[in-house]
Amino acid sequence: MKRADMRIMQHRVILRVISKFLIPFILLFGLYVQWHGDFGPGGGFQAGVIFAAAFILYALIFGVDKTRQAVPAWITRGGLAVGVLIYAGVGVATLFLGENFLDYNALAHDPIHGQHLGILLVELGVGVTVCCAMITIFIAFTGRGRK
Amino acid sequence: MLITAFAIIRIRYLFSVVILTGLFSLLAAAIYVLMDAVDVAFTEAAVGAGVSTVLMLGTLALTTTEEKTTSKSRAVPAAILSIITGAVLIYGTLEMPNYGDGKAPIHQHVAPRYLNQSAQEIDLPNVVTSVLASYRGYDTLGETFVIFTAAMGVLAIIGRGRRRRKKEDVEREAKT
Repeated sequence: MKRADMRIMQHRVILRVISKFLIPFILLFGLYVQWHGDFGPGGGFQAGVIFAAAFILYALIFGVDKTRQAVPAWITRGGLAVGVLIYAGVGVATLFLGENFLDYNALAHDPIHGQHLGILLVELGVGVTVCCAMITIFIAFTGRGRK
Repeated sequence: MLITAFAIIRIRYLFSVVILTGLFSLLAAAIYVLMDAVDVAFTEAAVGAGVSTVLMLGTLALTTTEEKTTSKSRAVPAAILSIITGAVLIYGTLEMPNYGDGKAPIHQHVAPRYLNQSAQEIDLPNVVTSVLASYRGYDTLGETFVIFTAAMGVLAIIGRGRRRRKKEDVEREAKT
């Protein structure tokens, strides 16, 4: 390793330690926003972005290759479709249960419980799709400049 | 925000411009918080100030950080056009109801029903979530599809080129 490279590595020590310290909290905050969206500000979209931001921070500090080891391409690409399928699947499920498309009253015996369950599932679908979309787009952009 | 906007227009070094657009989004998020639209502010801070800034920086890394200067002869019609557009937009806002006006048309149609009935029908403390996910479930489904399509588009345009070029590199290395 050249001396200049070593100096860069030394400079990055602070960034590496701090980001490794921060990333679990970012992920935790993303999950909190995801599941707490019913009661406070937030929801699937914001949670997906925050969750993806943790992976993007990891990719910025540790490089795209290591991030790809943590989240392989098939996970993010599959997740894109899975999120949309969860959302649309809830709609189809309500159709089969004898209500209109995306009418969550049918999901449980109590309409209010059905609404809660439906909103939770739908927000999960939005979160998964948004998170995977952000990671996919970011890696597609940054991975391209690499040789 | 005005100062930031003028700085974005004047500065030719695109790296600073990207950082300033992030700052602009953060200020917009602060304004949304002041207007009690916390959910929108959340999204603006996360997407506008966070992810999109990073994506713009990624784009700069692929292209160039210097803005091309346009000739002065084009600047005058562009300025006239943008002044006219701005004047029309401001004229449009003159007819709009005041901020926080309870008699505004938007508060007369379905909003009272959402606010009054959602406690019995959905029973969630955050009415924004119940409107977004339940009453307006179709719209949110469409938005999810939009994001899905956006990611698909990016993958189709630049996601696959990488793999193909890798294959070319391997072939080139095999030849040499």
